[in-house]
Amino acid sequence: MDPFLLEAVLNGILLGGVFALPVLGCNLVFGVVDVVWLCYAELVMVGMYAVWFLHTQQGWPLYLAFASALPLVAALGVLLHLLVVRPLLGAPPINQLLATGGVLFMLQGGAMLVFGTDFRSLGVELPPMEWQDVFISGTKLAAFCAALLGAGALWAFLKFTYVGIAIRAIARDREVMPLMGVDPRRVYVVASAVGGALAGLAACLLAVQLDVHPFIGLSFGPITFMICVMGGLGNMLGGFLAAFLMGVIVSTGSFWWNTEMSYVVAFGFFIVVIFARPQGLFAR
Amino acid sequence: MKVEEPALVLEGIRAGYGDFQALFDVGLRVSPGEAVGVVGPNGAGKTTLLRVISGMVRPRGGTVRFGDVDIATTPSHALPAVGIAHVPENRRLFPHLTVEENLRVGAFIPAARKRFTERADYVFNLFPKMAQRRHQLAGTMSGGEQQMCAIGRALMCSPRILLLDEPSAGLAPLVVAQVFELVKRIRDEGLTVLIVEQNVAQVLRVVDRAYVLDAGRVVAEGASAELAADPAIRNSYLGGH
Repeated sequence: MDPFLLEAVLNGILLGGVFALPVLGCNLVFGVVDVVWLCYAELVMVGMYAVWFLHTQQGWPLYLAFASALPLVAALGVLLHLLVVRPLLGAPPINQLLATGGVLFMLQGGAMLVFGTDFRSLGVELPPMEWQDVFISGTKLAAFCAALLGAGALWAFLKFTYVGIAIRAIARDREVMPLMGVDPRRVYVVASAVGGALAGLAACLLAVQLDVHPFIGLSFGPITFMICVMGGLGNMLGGFLAAFLMGVIVSTGSFWWNTEMSYVVAFGFFIVVIFARPQGLFAR
Repeated sequence: MKVEEPALVLEGIRAGYGDFQALFDVGLRVSPGEAVGVVGPNGAGKTTLLRVISGMVRPRGGTVRFGDVDIATTPSHALPAVGIAHVPENRRLFPHLTVEENLRVGAFIPAARKRFTERADYVFNLFPKMAQRRHQLAGTMSGGEQQMCAIGRALMCSPRILLLDEPSAGLAPLVVAQVFELVKRIRDEGLTVLIVEQNVAQVLRVVDRAYVLDAGRVVAEGASAELAADPAIRNSYLGGH
């Protein structure tokens, strides 16, 4: 096999790992609260700025910057829920979309006011790994492993804790939950915190790979939602698998053509999938 | 020391949805250790009555008390901790979760989490089939097994009263007999039970007393043997034999 193609496929899998986190976060919040956080990628952007600011401006070690950015974005998720989503829980979906879409522009504008439009780089790079002429970025590999660990932690939370099991239950039948002593409003807050924490983890992993700027959310926000819909909105496993599929499509697309074209191919593939399987690629 | 068990008392309950009134001045009492049935035709307001007791529907008038707890002002998610467990109409299991995970949701309240193993053993002892099906997805089981799982889920919070809404609905006749056998077993355990049923003849065999509900009003009440022998009841609700 052509080592460059192999490299592209491997890079696609690594990319998929990082896509997977915001996809899982969006799906979790949508599955439980039934509201799409249109500003999800902008929460990631805020987390990336937090990492950059704490590390390069305040001189904090990287692990401390990560350890602070993650809970910060989790708290932002809770704030978003309490201030914006909760008052609109009974409102038509279009109003909820407009409201979280409004938060998207507020966060973009806020970042521009505070940090300007410059591209900010963390300036961290791990040495690349080489195996039989195939080069893989050490940073990307480390980020991929951390993303898998994050997804694994989420799985264990949903599988083994009372709140996690209640989250899976509420995604299917919310009206019956009070009969089991579960207050859905409190579960919504927990799901928002976990959704925010996943955005925070994604922020840490993207901050080491990409320069942050106020519009960085646009470079992975749309593809995040596309992957969610492709895997079946609210379907965690479907979203997780679709993230890797999309990562490989984007990565090999830019190997055969170029980066811009690879997104055209990815969107084209998305349109075909939506016509062929509107319920999602992995729906049962 | 035996703790004084509370009684469930409803007085003058009026309830409904929008312009539709489902219950008119309904009174009902379930004493500790009793098994009480509410029977009547489809649309008589039986499900609404249970939903009032578990706080899912707020009454427009009257009082609902369980011991000294005023149910009408308590949020429904706080009622399992008070000791009220409700097995809803159509079971409402989580089909994509395993039997054990369904029981975990039933044990969500803090007091129940601490006693999970003990309560699960109790449920598995009561329904040995559930122990075999422990790791099976609830949605893949038969209707009768799902009903066992739904009752088991409700028993996980150590309730003082169990509300059963049409446990025989949608089940084959043979399975219906099994479900009433389950109900009998639960009441023989000494648990207070309030059961709502369309299947009048069968339910009168497992309860001590019953209320006949028709068009939102209590039209008769009494010991189940008396009701089963009453010619008027037999004609109207038992198919007239």
